[in-house]
Amino acid sequence: MARKERPIKGAPTAKDYSGDVKPDWCPGCGDFGVLNALKSAYAKLGRGNHDHLTVSGIGCSSNLPGYIHTYGMHTLHGRALPVATGAKFANHDLNVVVTGGDGDGYGIGGNHFLHTMRKNVDMLYIVMNNETYGLTVGQASPTTQLGEETYSTPFGNLETPLNPVAMAIVGGATYVARAFSSEGKQLAELMYNGMNHKGFAFIDVISPCVTWKGGSDEIFSYWKERVNALEDHDITDKAAALEQAVKTGYETQLGLFYHDTSRSSLDQMEPVLEDGPLVSQPMGVTPEQGAAILQRMM
Amino acid sequence: MAKFDFVLAIGGEPGQGIATAGKTFSQLCARNGFYTFAYSAYQSIIRGGHTFLTIRISSEPVANHGDEIDLIIALDRNSLETHIPHVRPGGSLVYNSDDARKQPPERDDIQLCPIPYKEFSQGIPRKLQRTCLNTCLLGAALQLVDADLNMLEEVIISALLKRKGQETVDANIGVARAGYEHAAEHFTQFDTKIEKQEKPLAFGQGNELMAMGGAAAGVKFYAAYPMSPSTGVLRWMAHNARDLNIMVRQCEDEISVINMVIGAAHAGVRAMCATSGGGFALMSEAIGSAAMMEIPIVVINVQRGGPSTGLPTKTEQGDLWQILGASQGDFPKIVVAPIGLIDGFNTIPELFNLVDKYQCPGMVLSDLMLGEGYTTFDPDQIKWDQEINRGELITGLGQTEDEYKRYLITDSGISPRAIPGTPGHMHVVATDDHDEDGGLISDEFTNPHKRRDIMEKRQRKMDGIVKDLPPPTLEGPEDAEVTLIGWGSTHGVISEAVELLAAEGIKTNHIQFKWLYPMDEDAVNEVLEKTRYAIIVECNYTGQFARFLRGETGFKANGHIRKYDGEPFMPHHIVDGTRELLESKSELYVPFQEIVV
Repeated sequence: MARKERPIKGAPTAKDYSGDVKPDWCPGCGDFGVLNALKSAYAKLGRGNHDHLTVSGIGCSSNLPGYIHTYGMHTLHGRALPVATGAKFANHDLNVVVTGGDGDGYGIGGNHFLHTMRKNVDMLYIVMNNETYGLTVGQASPTTQLGEETYSTPFGNLETPLNPVAMAIVGGATYVARAFSSEGKQLAELMYNGMNHKGFAFIDVISPCVTWKGGSDEIFSYWKERVNALEDHDITDKAAALEQAVKTGYETQLGLFYHDTSRSSLDQMEPVLEDGPLVSQPMGVTPEQGAAILQRMM
Repeated sequence: MAKFDFVLAIGGEPGQGIATAGKTFSQLCARNGFYTFAYSAYQSIIRGGHTFLTIRISSEPVANHGDEIDLIIALDRNSLETHIPHVRPGGSLVYNSDDARKQPPERDDIQLCPIPYKEFSQGIPRKLQRTCLNTCLLGAALQLVDADLNMLEEVIISALLKRKGQETVDANIGVARAGYEHAAEHFTQFDTKIEKQEKPLAFGQGNELMAMGGAAAGVKFYAAYPMSPSTGVLRWMAHNARDLNIMVRQCEDEISVINMVIGAAHAGVRAMCATSGGGFALMSEAIGSAAMMEIPIVVINVQRGGPSTGLPTKTEQGDLWQILGASQGDFPKIVVAPIGLIDGFNTIPELFNLVDKYQCPGMVLSDLMLGEGYTTFDPDQIKWDQEINRGELITGLGQTEDEYKRYLITDSGISPRAIPGTPGHMHVVATDDHDEDGGLISDEFTNPHKRRDIMEKRQRKMDGIVKDLPPPTLEGPEDAEVTLIGWGSTHGVISEAVELLAAEGIKTNHIQFKWLYPMDEDAVNEVLEKTRYAIIVECNYTGQFARFLRGETGFKANGHIRKYDGEPFMPHHIVDGTRELLESKSELYVPFQEIVV
């Protein structure tokens, strides 16, 4: 929808980041909590609305860029990360945030997830993990629990769910967290710190589906019984982070698992970005550069 | 000087330095001011197998590797045996005499030039003995065309000194001189001689020239996944990235490649990628998304033989329908097939101006013949100061009066494009269909009237594009008996066939299509109406272009010459085919490929 930038008086608040479109998510969906936390994190960062680019793929949660007041891209299913990477490299002054779901990010986009982490591209990736393909009416996703009956696994899921947090720790992400959509304050804080982190920041958010995973009360209580705040943990210790990350079920841990500030992000390592964002750099080949190229061909 | 036309070929095993010898020779020709075109027939293998490199040298620009081979250098016994029949009568064959000890070559209508390499290489370090054979035989071959030995030495020094050191340079120069002197003493020179021309030329590959065209067009972001025969574009971009401040990324797959390009283009830079048929197939969905989000991108497809993994190291024009049909639904797009190596340079800036103006994907159809072909050229042909026109791009405040609508419905179908980071123009671009504000009209908001409006808006851009693309021209006499019609890379070889047919008394002219889609039916028919007997020449089995042309214009050709064996056309294939089709009045001629590698 139309995005006339509204003047912000004083310090920006979450409200300044509300989009003009009302979310079409089911009432009670975990994604509302994620949206609100993201608005707060943007507001806290305190830059102009136009300095942010929110990129998503396809799925319920990927509708998010439409509900927020920044530049947005609603790309193909599973392709948000490469699109966001290209945009970040073209203009590394933008604060790039990618949002999506588990099917989008861990299923069809799994390959990109792996390689974007490895490249340590400077962006924040938020996955609203509801363990199902909601928009296609509840099939098994890469994070659906073993044995679970779904639309596509009527006799129980035979495949082991992947552990995105453990994957990110070993995959090369430099800021790895897990959060719960109901715990908005912690989530917003993790997002804000993730945006400030120079490198690939990743937050897997347990964002329950109230339609395909039982009613709202049922699924939220299910998770509330299982999540635990990560305590006495050294976020710079990769092995310890992995040890915490692989805990599941009643031992599921929430918080920041791993934070590596020693690695440079890809844009910091690229000499071609030293002269500023590519989008502001002069285009084409100078006569001197052209002559040198042709000289090498003679 | 009379027209000089000479063909040298080098055969051997990959790893024997065929490409190096070919490059050395081409560079020598370039410095002497001779035009060359080189085509390498090779196999998808790094060691073992067989490679046959053909280099045509001329006093005038050449765009194909010719029909007859004057001189062959055989670097191994396999080449010696395989290629003896391919030397034209009166030509010469240079080979290592050790390879012929058991079975000397038999042909009395050519000059056999055995070189005792074992003897010549005894004085050089043992580790270099195997790798200097190519230079030794090249030295001998150069003597046969009276080339200047000093010139060869200069090229060796500039190619090897920095990379390999003095010892290697000395060894190569030593055996080159031995070969050269041996030839002077024992063999007869050709009548044609390489004499230094006034102006030295440059030397480059088709893929390089397209990459250079991208740089000249202002490309700031290039992404790729390695795939033959397109990798030369990546190589050039990667090597020149730091000098030219171009971001170059190698990705996990072609899906990532094109989506990165889309992201970069959306954020405001010119972005490009190149691949071959299989990689292009993976890009298909995203091509449509660029059209839907109205983001300008350029995608190059350097075709190889298909289907599937197909023929990784062989040429074909078999991806036309893939490119025309890539991605679901109807959307504006531009398809262009460069008609020569230098044209590849010019095409990229031309296409970028069009895709920026119309905010849609532009696709380039090259092929292995063009992309991996080498040519020498007058460096003045390369115009770096290409016009860069970004179209209706908003980069600052105050360029729109009212509330900004990214997909504003306009008569031209073009809506001013704001890039992220610009104050006051925030919007969401979506791969779902959307209204002029960018609001989705696909889910709960589905609205048939809005859908129709936005579909018509996007498609109106095609009316502008079709007027901006020049129709093909008729080259040669208007009253010709036969018209040869080709598209893309075959321009050079068809032009030469036209001349050869004229020399035989068959008056022929030529139409070459470069801008393929969208096609202006009336403008193209105006050209096609002038033909009397039309033959469509293309490198695929089903006549993809013939079917496309018929679909767009209703035009039905009289005959077809098609090749799909992996090797490019040689001029005589087209000449023989034209003659045969005229005589037999049959509809299809498939040339026989004589040289098998």
